[in-house]
This record gives sequence, structure tokens and C-alpha cells, in this order.
Amino acid sequence: MIEFLGKIDRRVIYLVIGVVVALPLITRSKMPIRVSEEVTKPFVYIDSILPPGSVILISIDYDAASEPELTPMFRAVLTHAFMRGHKVIYMGHWALGLPLAQKDLEEIAHKMGKTYGVDYVNLGYRPGFVTVMLAMGKELRDIYSSDYQGIPIDSIPMMRNIHNYDQIDLIVGFEAGSTGEFWIQYVGARFNKKMFFGTTGVVAPDLYPYYASGQIIGLIGGLKGAAEYETVINLPARGVFGMPAQSFAHVAILIFIIIGNISYILRKRKER
Amino acid sequence: MSLINIIGTWLAAGLTIAIFSFLYKDNPLYKFAEHIYVGASAAFWVVIFWYSDVNPMLIERLFDPKFPIVEKLILAIPTTFGIMMLCRWFPKIAWLSRWPIAFTVGMAAGLALTATVQGYIVPQIRATLFPAIVITKDPLLSLWRSFMHIFVIFGVFTTILYFYFSREHTGLLKVGSRIGIIFIMVGFGASFGYTIMARISLLIGRIYFLLHSWLGMID
Repeated sequence: MIEFLGKIDRRVIYLVIGVVVALPLITRSKMPIRVSEEVTKPFVYIDSILPPGSVILISIDYDAASEPELTPMFRAVLTHAFMRGHKVIYMGHWALGLPLAQKDLEEIAHKMGKTYGVDYVNLGYRPGFVTVMLAMGKELRDIYSSDYQGIPIDSIPMMRNIHNYDQIDLIVGFEAGSTGEFWIQYVGARFNKKMFFGTTGVVAPDLYPYYASGQIIGLIGGLKGAAEYETVINLPARGVFGMPAQSFAHVAILIFIIIGNISYILRKRKER
Repeated sequence: MSLINIIGTWLAAGLTIAIFSFLYKDNPLYKFAEHIYVGASAAFWVVIFWYSDVNPMLIERLFDPKFPIVEKLILAIPTTFGIMMLCRWFPKIAWLSRWPIAFTVGMAAGLALTATVQGYIVPQIRATLFPAIVITKDPLLSLWRSFMHIFVIFGVFTTILYFYFSREHTGLLKVGSRIGIIFIMVGFGASFGYTIMARISLLIGRIYFLLHSWLGMID
């Protein structure tokens, strides 16, 4: 029997994973979520350390392929920033991701009664991310003379006194690639800026050394990280509701790995 | 929901199912969805580059009478380099593209050198230089922290030993490098575990979209 399971068609495995993921979403299962230190620290920084009215720069460095992982944490962090009365500069280095996350930005801003140009601004996309990062350290207007709609920066009330990183209190990046490392190496080290990142699961292990060395104040890794941030701000959403599906899928994968290995060992024994 | 949103949702759901159909086997429906994705992305890039870069940062500035003449002359340098880059299309003058490529490589290497030293190598070495023995008021905490510090130092040391290729890995060096590879494997395992979590998260996102936005089965 176990040998038969070892030769199971891959399509059956896909089907099982699909069902295991869909069922907890349909039944709206919930599970306890432990909030880790690397997620607590950014929460505390936005919640208590930054005075209301601080300027947070949010960089969207992902696109549709990472949307399910990063949008929940972007929504959670943005909601929290607005709740604490902070101002948000929205920009990004991934052109395809900016319009995607802009929908969430506008929805949340509208829901929380925030005004464009006063509480938040959308600078849009400029190519050449290292050049953009470095130029922003000198004068933001050299790169962004206007916002995403072509409105001159100087005519936007919130931006009048913001010229470079000196007027920005925190940088938050949502990363699906290596752009986060560029933020740390080019901006964090050179301009001594506080920053934290929300990343896909794939990227998180690459950024842990920076967290361990204190170069970033926190790290929200994958959907699990998003669920933790939603838990800590007490606004459960896609992250929290996705965790049972995530856990059940992991259990299913573990069972398949165990079955596959036992089947392999038994087959080898038989061959001998 | 507006009509355009309904059409958009049905289109997205149809394309999602078309992409998922590859899990059964390769088929024309999957190919169709894949080509749409590639084509739409490429077109989007062209538009984005025009409206966020070429037009506002070059065309508008060149034709703006208020823009200082000196800065217009400076803009001529990247414009010329950009045109030289396009010379790759013409074999006879393709060599001209080497100039902007050389400039880009040189600039990127120079920037990366300082950034890597300042933002990666030095802070990471500094973060590893900590005392092996930690003494606090709580003896248990002291023991735990000391153990963790020694563990990290041991891990760094043995991992570096694995990458020491100037001598054959025999004797003590062999033992050290073998332990080092265990640390490396643990690192790879953690990365792969995170990768699995990431892929399942993407599946959750798509299924959530189908059940929530398309079928309306969940809130």
C-alpha cells in the first residue's frame, strides 16, 4: 500500500493541496498566532516610538506574482500608520506593483478619512532604483519633480518641507526581490535611516542577517508575518484567515514527504 | 460592483483557471494565458517607461523654455549614451554601444563597492564580534546567551573552514569543514522551508480570489 502511495500521480497531490487550502478558507477556520519579536519591533516603532505626524516612506518593490503574500502586510502596516496619524509617502521600484498596491492605498485612505496631499502622497515610479535611492538622499525633487499624476511636488502641502531622508522618519519596504538589500546598503548605511521590511517567504532568509546585526529594526516574513502584524494591531484579515490553510498545506506536504521516503526505502530494500 | 469590475473579475478568474490547467497538462488555454501575461507586461513596461522616465525627465525638460540651458546640455549626455546603446541593432556601428555599457558597469561597480563594504561586510563582521561569555544577573539567562553566542561563533568559524580551499580537507580541517556544511545545509533548509511557505501563500491568494471576489463564497 505504502509503495503504491509512493508512486501516486502528481496531479492527485496537486488536488489534495488545492482542497486542503480551500477548505479552511471556506470554513473560515482560525488558529492562534504567536507574534514574533521581529514583527513586534516594527509595530512598537510605529505605535509608540514615532510621534504622530511622522513621515513614513513606503516602497512597493513587488508585483502581481507576490501580491498574495505582500498585500496583506502592506494593508496592515498602512492601516496602522494611518491609525497613529502618520503621513505616508508612497513610491516603489517595481513598476508593475505600484498600480496594484495603489488600489489598497486609496481604499484604506478613503476608509480612514485621509486626504491626498495632506496625509499621503503617491510619488509613483522612476526607473533605476539605486540612482533613485541615492538621489533622494540629496534632493527628492531631482527625481520626483511631480507625483504620479504629474502634479508638481511643491504644490502638494505635505511635501513642501520634505526634501530628502532627513525629513523622513522611517522607511518601510515591501520586497519580493533584492531591492530590500539595496535599501539597507545604499540608504540605511549611508544615510543612517531606520527601516524595516515586509518580505515574501523566499526573501526573508536573505534579510535575517541584517535584522540580527541591527541594520533593520524588524522583518515581516511571508504570510505568517502578515498574520502576526494583523494580530498585533487587532485587525484580522487575509493574513490571519490564510494561516490555517497554510498550516494544513504544510502538514499535507510533510505527510507526502514521509510517504515518499518510506516508499523509496521499501522499494530499495525489495530491489536488494 | 460596476460592470467593468465584474468583467475584470471574470477575466482574472478565467486566466487564473487557465494557468492552473497546466497542473493537469500543458494545453492551448495555458499557453494563451501565458502569452497574454507576457504581452501585457511588456506593453505596460513601455508605457510606464515613457510616462515616468523618458517624457517627464527628458522630453518635457528639453522643450521647457524655463529649464536652465546648462541642465539641458547635461541632459544631452545620457541622451547620447541612450542612443549609442541602441546602436547594438546595427552590426556596423554596434561597437558604439560599448561606451554606455562601460559607463554603466563602471558606475554600478563603484557604487556597489562602497555600499557592500559600508552596508554589508563591515556591519556583518561587527555583528559577529561579540563576547563568547555573557554575564547577567540571571544565571540561567547568562548560560543561555553564552551558549547562543558560542554556537554562532562556532557556526561562523566552521562555515568559513568549509570555504578554505588552500589546503586539502583532511584531519581537523576535514572535521571542521564537515560541521560547517551542516550549518550551511541548515541555512538552505530554512530558505527552502520559507520558499514552500511562499508558494503555498500564493496558492492561498489565488484560491481566496476565486472564492471571495469571483464566486462570493466567503466574506
